[in-house]
Amino acid sequence: MAKLPVQFRLNGSDRATFVDPSSNLLDTLRRGLGDFAPKYGCGQGTCGVCTVLVDGEPQLSCLTLAVTCEGKQIETASGMADGPNLQPLQEAFMDHFAAQCGFCTPGMLTAARALLARNPNPTRDEVVEAISGNICRCTGYEPIIAAILTAASAPGARRA
Amino acid sequence: MLDVRTCASLSEAAGILSGDRQAMLIGGGTLVMRDVNEGRLTEGTLVRVTDPAYRQMSVSGARVELGAGVTMAMVLASRELAYLHAPARGIGGPAIRTMATIGGNLFAATPYGDFTVALLALDAQVVLQAGYGSGRAMPLEDFLAGRERGGQGLVTAVQFSRPQNPSELFFRKIARVKPKGISVLSIAAHLPSSSGRVAQARVAYGAMAPLPMRARGVERVLEGKALDQPAIQAAKQAALEGCRPATDAIASEWYRREILPVHLGRLLAGEPR
Repeated sequence: MAKLPVQFRLNGSDRATFVDPSSNLLDTLRRGLGDFAPKYGCGQGTCGVCTVLVDGEPQLSCLTLAVTCEGKQIETASGMADGPNLQPLQEAFMDHFAAQCGFCTPGMLTAARALLARNPNPTRDEVVEAISGNICRCTGYEPIIAAILTAASAPGARRA
Repeated sequence: MLDVRTCASLSEAAGILSGDRQAMLIGGGTLVMRDVNEGRLTEGTLVRVTDPAYRQMSVSGARVELGAGVTMAMVLASRELAYLHAPARGIGGPAIRTMATIGGNLFAATPYGDFTVALLALDAQVVLQAGYGSGRAMPLEDFLAGRERGGQGLVTAVQFSRPQNPSELFFRKIARVKPKGISVLSIAAHLPSSSGRVAQARVAYGAMAPLPMRARGVERVLEGKALDQPAIQAAKQAALEGCRPATDAIASEWYRREILPVHLGRLLAGEPR
């Protein structure tokens, strides 16, 4: 089967590649384009480590056909920092020790980013709901929730 | 190897699905891509629909029609569909809800498919299109009964009468993990009342049988009754009629049978979980 061209904006840059028709977006990002922030966890839509933003909405890249992303805006955790300058959300994750093994962190950051873009002043329950599709086996979630709530109240949180 | 066909019209997609037994519709991808990722689906054609009608919602009239490609996030964004927010919110986390469609939920294997349980309680009809012809509506229960056989055509939409009083639709999803987990069971009940008595009750369960099911025993005992303690007690006694729950990784058959009457009673009494 011939490969298909697909073109989209990844973290603000135009990117183009060829994919197998049934390739998922996660494989395309990691193997095709070298963006290793989204991780392969379950491949079943259960763990949330592959969460990316597609046109601003959170999606699981392992369950997204790459060819359906033609012309879309894809954002991953790789695009959050500006060089060494982290965003308030990332700073808050560091300050609250919200990353231990770090495997869930890109998905958590992306889920939190989607929440804060929609709702800059979330309640604790809204934060819990926003990360309810993201599994963390290290932290017990409390540091992550605290980090997101801190980032929401930080100056410039809307950039998150 | 898998191929992907993108169809600009519903009839084109229905035509491909009718003519090719190895063709399979892909909506949000939350069911099909799991099989692709696991290597269980390696041959055939994935049919993708970009027809705007597939994601259209008609929600303000007496008859509601939701395109099969409408996502759970779209339901949650609609104020007119507030009565369906509880079952829509019960589906996965925010990322899954951006992707998961109403049409896909009709095909989700037990113990998934909680939104379909709410649709059963609303007495929904499924609009199917076979080949290039026009669509035909079929009761959801009949559609589910024939689901495993396949070949019923392309599900283009679901339809139901808008509840006259949205507060008369109740939904509970019982899961072990908070705030989100796979269903131990789910219950939806549409209990319209006339002069303080239940009229045309529709009660449905998820994960209490191989398919989402209507609780006809409960409907029968509630019909014409006020929702008082004797009626609720009678409903609890009839709760397990027709149930054939499975033992799976989430719960045992015994556990599901034990807790269903408890949660049904709480739902009917308006008590918290």
